[in-house]
Amino acid sequence: MTQNAAPALEAFVARAAGQGAALAETGLPTRRVEAWRYTPLRSIADTAWQKAVPLTTETATALLDRLVLPETGARVVYGNGQLLNALSALPEAVRQASENVSPLKGVFSATLNTALGERGLDIRVPAGTDAGLLTLVSLSDGQDVSTHLQHRIVLEDGASLTLYDVSAGEGRYIANPRFDIVVGKGATLRHVKVQRESLTGTHLAIVSADVAEKGEYDSFTLNQGSSLARHEAVVTLGAPHAMAHVNGVQIVDGQRLNDLTSMIHHAAPDGSSRQTVKTVLSDAGQGVFQGKILVDRVAQKTDGYQMNQALLLSERAQINSKPELEIYADDVKCSHGATVGALDDEQLFYLRSRGIAEADARDMLVRAFLIDALDLVFDEGLRDLLLRSMMS
Amino acid sequence: MPAVTETRETVEKLAKSSYEWGFETDIEMDIAPKGLNEETVRLISERKGEPQWMLDWRLKAFRAWLEMEEPTWAHIHHPPIDYQDAHYFAQPKKKPGPRSLDEVDPELLKTYAKLGIPLHEQALLAGVEGAEERLPVAVDAVFDSVSVATTFRKTLAEAGVIFCPISDAIREHPELVQKYLGTVVPVADNFFAALNSAVFTDGSFVYIPEGVRCPMELSTYFRINARNTGQFERTLIIAEDRATVSYLEGCTAPQRDENQLHAAVVELVAMEDASIKYSTVQNWYPGDDEGRGGIYNFVTKRGICRGARSKISWTQVETGSAITWKYPSCVLAGEGSVGEFYSVAVTNNHQQADTGTKMIHLAPNTRSTIIAKTISAGHSDSTYRGLVRMQPKARNARNFTQCDSLLIGDQCGAHTVPYIESRNMTARVEHEATTSKISEDQLFYCRSRGLSEEDAVGLIVNGFCREVLKELPMEFAVEAQKLLQISLEGSVG
Repeated sequence: MTQNAAPALEAFVARAAGQGAALAETGLPTRRVEAWRYTPLRSIADTAWQKAVPLTTETATALLDRLVLPETGARVVYGNGQLLNALSALPEAVRQASENVSPLKGVFSATLNTALGERGLDIRVPAGTDAGLLTLVSLSDGQDVSTHLQHRIVLEDGASLTLYDVSAGEGRYIANPRFDIVVGKGATLRHVKVQRESLTGTHLAIVSADVAEKGEYDSFTLNQGSSLARHEAVVTLGAPHAMAHVNGVQIVDGQRLNDLTSMIHHAAPDGSSRQTVKTVLSDAGQGVFQGKILVDRVAQKTDGYQMNQALLLSERAQINSKPELEIYADDVKCSHGATVGALDDEQLFYLRSRGIAEADARDMLVRAFLIDALDLVFDEGLRDLLLRSMMS
Repeated sequence: MPAVTETRETVEKLAKSSYEWGFETDIEMDIAPKGLNEETVRLISERKGEPQWMLDWRLKAFRAWLEMEEPTWAHIHHPPIDYQDAHYFAQPKKKPGPRSLDEVDPELLKTYAKLGIPLHEQALLAGVEGAEERLPVAVDAVFDSVSVATTFRKTLAEAGVIFCPISDAIREHPELVQKYLGTVVPVADNFFAALNSAVFTDGSFVYIPEGVRCPMELSTYFRINARNTGQFERTLIIAEDRATVSYLEGCTAPQRDENQLHAAVVELVAMEDASIKYSTVQNWYPGDDEGRGGIYNFVTKRGICRGARSKISWTQVETGSAITWKYPSCVLAGEGSVGEFYSVAVTNNHQQADTGTKMIHLAPNTRSTIIAKTISAGHSDSTYRGLVRMQPKARNARNFTQCDSLLIGDQCGAHTVPYIESRNMTARVEHEATTSKISEDQLFYCRSRGLSEEDAVGLIVNGFCREVLKELPMEFAVEAQKLLQISLEGSVG
């Protein structure tokens, strides 16, 4: 943290009396902090971020109109950290709960959220119930403002829910949402996230998911907005046969930086995890992928697989990738792969020789590159929606 | 499952592997008092009869070191090291300038005999030049801190090769040392490199002139002998345009109780079309079954491919040390230069290893290959940590990395931490890593052919490491295989 940043940060954390102390002490993580070595937070250090004023329904509707959203299912809309009742309805099967999020230590995005948190979605899907599709839209609008929504989603045993989670906005702001997720025995949460924040916005999201026996947390994240964005997921497979998918696509251009960081913690036997992350970079875009798979001593028979690939389309683009395995159990099958490179000249030549224009051929190859990851989204309708959103 | 039970029993039975080569030799030592301050640095420099520029260089390093903090990012744990509680200089008393093996201290020769280093045999071999299958090997034996026996200097001198203790080089070839020392690993590069720069006592210096292919493999045996003497070796190898050299480094150490610090620095410089192959078999004392004692091995090894089409290749078999902290690296600055890293790291009992490489691609068409095999057994922890960086000018650069980890037993850990950074779209990086245990199927297959469980594991492990072992020069391949076996003896079943 630079010295002149200190007063700004103080003002920032002073908004949360008492709670802010922890943050004031640690300050913003610098690049010397291993978890942030590739993602500098300098750009947010010098601003005294204010609490955002509530959005009017009109402003919110105007912002909503620009988004590609599911036509079906229930929808809940937050504007600048506040629930917009007029635009929101929960799925019938879902019950409103009132539980507090538990602290998540050592993760900066979570510390910031804890310090300044605003109550978000707090729901519980009853045992054995399929709650269908819930679209959650978080809108931000303003200058030098920040929102810190705290969502808690509990799936009881055998329950299922599909969450289509969209963040977008206009202006210069920090969106710092946190999701505290509990997936019960045999329950399934499908979490499709679309990050399309304002190109001058900052997005610092933290998802922590605890998955019980035979439960499944199946996620896909599209990182495509913000000047600086990190989506961080901490998934704990705490009981046998739990499963996690932490997939994603990052599309970065301009001078922007998008970061997908995840930690999949196998804390019980027979778990499995799958991760495919693809990053496409153009202009002076910077991509970051940090994926850690941690396998505890007790987590025998773990099956972990991770693949991350980056495609560089410009001379100035940059990718930093750190796939990491930390393994303490011997009877496991864990592997990861990573590739970095440009479009294949031979493939391009092949398409050109068939009379396809260069630009079209490039588009085709980029799309083909991304489709591997996109295909992992279970629902065809959502897949199409994502593709449309990606291209919009 | 009976097989599992049997395996466990065998593991327990075998869990008492001992360090075959643990012993101490009584040789008179000239020891500096414990502690580290400017006086220590001055004393070392004075005892070695160094010129003023060398002392200044050391002092610069020492002052930098005082400002630095011990790194904590590695996946290793150890009690704090008291840098004041060690001797920084120990010199075996010797007769002046042994010209033949007869003049070498017989105690020393006995030590080598116990280690199985056939110094006599090699002296004989020197006469049989031209024997294609087995080229002679020149040995610059480092016994504790000072080289006391250098063989084959003459043959090498005829070829124009300089191969001598670095302390001699400082006196006899100051222009070369001054030109290159600290250019690859600057004095303040990192905590341990700075420490080494301040207090290094000896090491090897190799200079291969333009167009010369070194007539023999060069080899140095590093040993740690006296109690409480940290070892700070400094090695500098320079290969001029179109020069070629293969350098072997091997170490074994006597058994002892206290932890010992070892912080070596190795610098390699390869000019246009030059090639340096640096092979290591590292077998310092790893500590006992309970993790007591053992060497702390904090090493900085780095080579720079300065000239176009030059090549630096690191091959290492790491089986020893209580703690290994080591990242032999290549800076690929010459267009079309090549960096290679082949590594087998074996940890057993309570050993900890955090090792890997860095490939820094600065120039176009540079290529690098990383093959790292990690085997963890017992209560040990082993980490591969590597960096591949493609700088903006590294057009069409290529890297291929493969890291495989094998876990033997459920009390050990194996970790993989690769960093991949690319700033050039035409550069291509490929990385793959796997972690697994020895497959029951492979074991069963071998057992069903009549192999004992231990032999079967030995065979499988050897197969697992084959890609690396085949990179070793012949002289080392045998020793390496033997070491692998000995290192794993106590743990596999």
